[in-house]
Order: sequence, then C-alpha cells, then structure tokens
Amino acid sequence: MADERAKTARPVPYRGGGFRPGRAGWVAPLVFAALIALAEWGTRSGWIGSLTLPRPSDVAMTLWEMMQTGRLWLHLGPSLARLFMGALIGVSAGIALGLVIGLFTYARAALVPLVAAIFPIPKIALLPLFVIWFGIDEASKYALIAFGTFTPTVVSTYGAVDNVDRTLIRMGQSFGLSWGSIVRKIVLPGAMPGILSGLRVSLAIAVILLVAAEMLGAEHGIGAFILEAGSLYDLERLFAGVAILSVLGVGLSYVIGLAERYLLAWRT
Amino acid sequence: MELDLRHVSHDYGGVPVLDDISLTVHEGEILCIVGPSGCGKSTLLRLIGGLERPAGGEVLAIGPLPEGCLNPLTFVFQDFALLPWRSAAGNISLALEDHIASRRERKKIIDGVLSRTKLSDYASVLPRNLSGGMKQRVAIARALAVRPAVMLMDEPLSALDAQTRELLIEDFVALWERQPFTSVYVTHNLSEAVRLGHRVAVLSRRPGRIREIVAISGAPGSRRRTDPQLAEVEQHLWQLLRDEAAEADQELVHGG
Repeated sequence: MADERAKTARPVPYRGGGFRPGRAGWVAPLVFAALIALAEWGTRSGWIGSLTLPRPSDVAMTLWEMMQTGRLWLHLGPSLARLFMGALIGVSAGIALGLVIGLFTYARAALVPLVAAIFPIPKIALLPLFVIWFGIDEASKYALIAFGTFTPTVVSTYGAVDNVDRTLIRMGQSFGLSWGSIVRKIVLPGAMPGILSGLRVSLAIAVILLVAAEMLGAEHGIGAFILEAGSLYDLERLFAGVAILSVLGVGLSYVIGLAERYLLAWRT
Repeated sequence: MELDLRHVSHDYGGVPVLDDISLTVHEGEILCIVGPSGCGKSTLLRLIGGLERPAGGEVLAIGPLPEGCLNPLTFVFQDFALLPWRSAAGNISLALEDHIASRRERKKIIDGVLSRTKLSDYASVLPRNLSGGMKQRVAIARALAVRPAVMLMDEPLSALDAQTRELLIEDFVALWERQPFTSVYVTHNLSEAVRLGHRVAVLSRRPGRIREIVAISGAPGSRRRTDPQLAEVEQHLWQLLRDEAAEADQELVHGG
C-alpha cells in the first residue's frame, strides 16, 4: 500500500514566476555593441555595400573629427538650447493645464475636447504659421517644440490627477488642510508617477519635432546637419548625426529614470 | 465638546440611506455605532465630520473646544489614508503644517504623539515598510496630534488581523484612560463595540434608523475579553442585528 503511494508520487509542477521584468543593466550595451560589430564586419567583408551602410568606424572617425574641429558643438549647442527651452515651456504649461483640467469641472468640460482636437494635428504642419507668429528665429522653433510636448503632457497629467487616491484627498480635507496644501502635498505627488511616464513620451516627441524644425529652416542644429549630409549623400556624416540623436534619446531617458528614482523613491 | 444630531437623514440619488437619526455624543464618551453592512454607518460618520452635507436635519457642535485644539472633528480611516511618499513623522506633520508654522513646535508635538503610540523608533519609516497595525497607529498618532475634540473612527481595525486588532484595542483603551477623549466609533464588529463603547447605537438596515442605544456598564479599561457580562451584551446586540443583517444580505446593492 505504501509502495503504491510512493509509485504515484510526483513533484507538483511549478507554474508561477514570470510577468515581473527585473533589472539587467549589462544587456543594453551588449545589444548596441553586437549590432555595431555586425555592421562593421559586414561592411569590411563586403557583405554590406558601402552605399547601403557606412562603416561604423568611419562614422566614429567623422564624429571624432567634428569634435576636434568644434563643428559638433556648433550644431549640438543650438539644438540642445531649442530642446530645453521648447520642452520646458511645453511641459510646464502642460502640467499646469493638466492639473486645472484634473481639478475643475468647467475647465475639464471646456478643455478636454479642445485638447483632443489639437492632439492629432501634426505639429510640424503648423511651422509656417509659427514662423509668421513668432518670426523665423528661435522663437518659432521653441513654439513648435513647446506645442508638441504640451498636448501629451496635458493628457497624461489630468489622467494622473484622476488616478490620485480620493481617500487621501478626503483625509486632507478632514484635517482642515487648505486647498493649496491639498494640491501641493497630496494631488501633485500622487500624480507624479503618471506625469513622469507621460514625460517620456513628450520628450521623445520633442526630439522628433526638433529635428523636423531644424530641417525646415535652420543654419545650425542636428537637423540641419543631417539634412545637409543627406543631400550630399555623405552617409558617414548622416549616420554621425543620427548617432547623436540616439545618444540624445538615451540621455533623456536616463535623466527621466534618475528623476523617477529620486521623486518616486517611495514606491518599491 | 458635545455633538448633537437632530433628525439627520440622507440619501444618495433618491435612495434613502439614513432616516431621522437623533443622537447626542457626550463629552469624554466613546459612542460605538454598529449595524448591518450598507446601513449607512460610514455615511453617518462623514455627516458628523462635515465631509458630506446631510439631506435633512442638522449636526450641531455644542460647547467650547479643548485647549490647543487644531482640528475639532478628526477622522481615523479604515484604510489608514497615509501618504505613501511621507514617513510616519511626515504624515503626522502634514496635519500640523497648515496650523503651526514653527518647525520646532511641530517636532515637539510629533515626538509627543509618536511616543504615546509607541512609534518613536519608526519616525522616519515609510508606510510601505510598516505593518497594518503600525500604519493604523501612525494614523491614530496623526489624529491625536491635532488635539481633536471628537475622534471619528471609521472601522479603524477592520483591515487588520484578529491579533493586531486585539493589541490595538488594548492600546486604544490605554490612550483613552490616560487622557479621556470623545469618540464616535463605527464598526461592524460587535465584540469591538462592547469592549470599547460606553454606549452602543444599533442601526437598522437601509435606510438606517436607530433601533436601540445600549449602555455598557464599567469603564472600558476594566473590561476583559472573556467577561461573561460582555458576552451577554454582545449576544443582545447580535439578536438586534441578526434579522436585519440577514435581510440586508438578500438585498440588491444600489451602490454607495
């Protein structure tokens, strides 16, 4: 009888685990390195034609040259300034309006359809209009980037405000906190996770608009640099410009990651 | 300070939840409110605390406030309602910041209530690292910090396990004995009510009406868990509630 039982004994199959991505910081550099190595090997062995893809080492040389001659900074400086100013204006206005929509009935009723109407417009189509309004100089580029980051920030902010735990707000009221204190100490920190994840999207859009604006009308800037290289079929410089944009993207994502780790340290 | 409820009634979108509640909360007493689920106990507490406006009748506060009172009607919530981004001390500070400008003054009060609730070692710990019982202690400390005239407790122990609940009942009684305060204590747990309450108001099922107010003899501190007299009172309360609870259970939920 005991033997019978022992014969049918089997381990309980494991069905848990998964659905919980962890951290593996070393993977990302490895993926980049592997892709670059593949391109290098392909172009050197002739498997990839020189018109299809430039050799990564040549691109790196071009970048190095640009750094030496100061041309890198000549183009990167204005781009960073435009990105910073435009995103700063767009994001702060977006968070402010998102809060207002999240907090007031009439603002919500009036502005949500308006934002929905503005959101799908390709902002780059409005650049000629911005040039008329703000002039051909920097201001029109700031406006374009600001406008482009503004709408997604508004939407993510009021969504985040809607998600703030109402019992915490009732608690604030029950302790006689002022309206300003409730917004500042309960609503805003409670909405911060949603605002920051919205920021990831807005800033990526900002980079796209930056390049587009610089392609349409700028002497200096990464966009202008890429456009010029492209029209000359100078693939090394084209890819050098693209590499700079990628680094910019990774850099922005890293900065937001830092902000999240600092501002949202209270989450696990 | 005393509270006087006069013919208070309330409804949610035409569905009556409370009907003609008249009740006095005396100074220094713990008044427990029990009733079947959905009878409007928590609504009644929110009406008392001014978080909702009654559809009919009025809630009056009578008499002077205690000295140094910052927030006369102070809630302790079932789900603790602690800000997850603030430490224990920070959560208590939140309740004080709008009333007391001096940081040093606030610190004095925070240290005082933390030691009264045996939390001094956990001042800088975030809520997510505290157990349920500790979280509710922080919430009670926060309530004590503003020196309330009346503590409004909304099922404060219902989210806790039985052992933690027992410990917190003892702590709560000890706090009251050291410095008696006025409290309205909503619960669905009858043994909690008979342990803590000077009086227990039994509500009927929706719309909630007062079925009976049962006075319990003896100071809360002198009562033991196994006291046969308490068991008798509890049995009486259960008798009052039984049919109501059974019928409430059969009803369709209209929300609220």
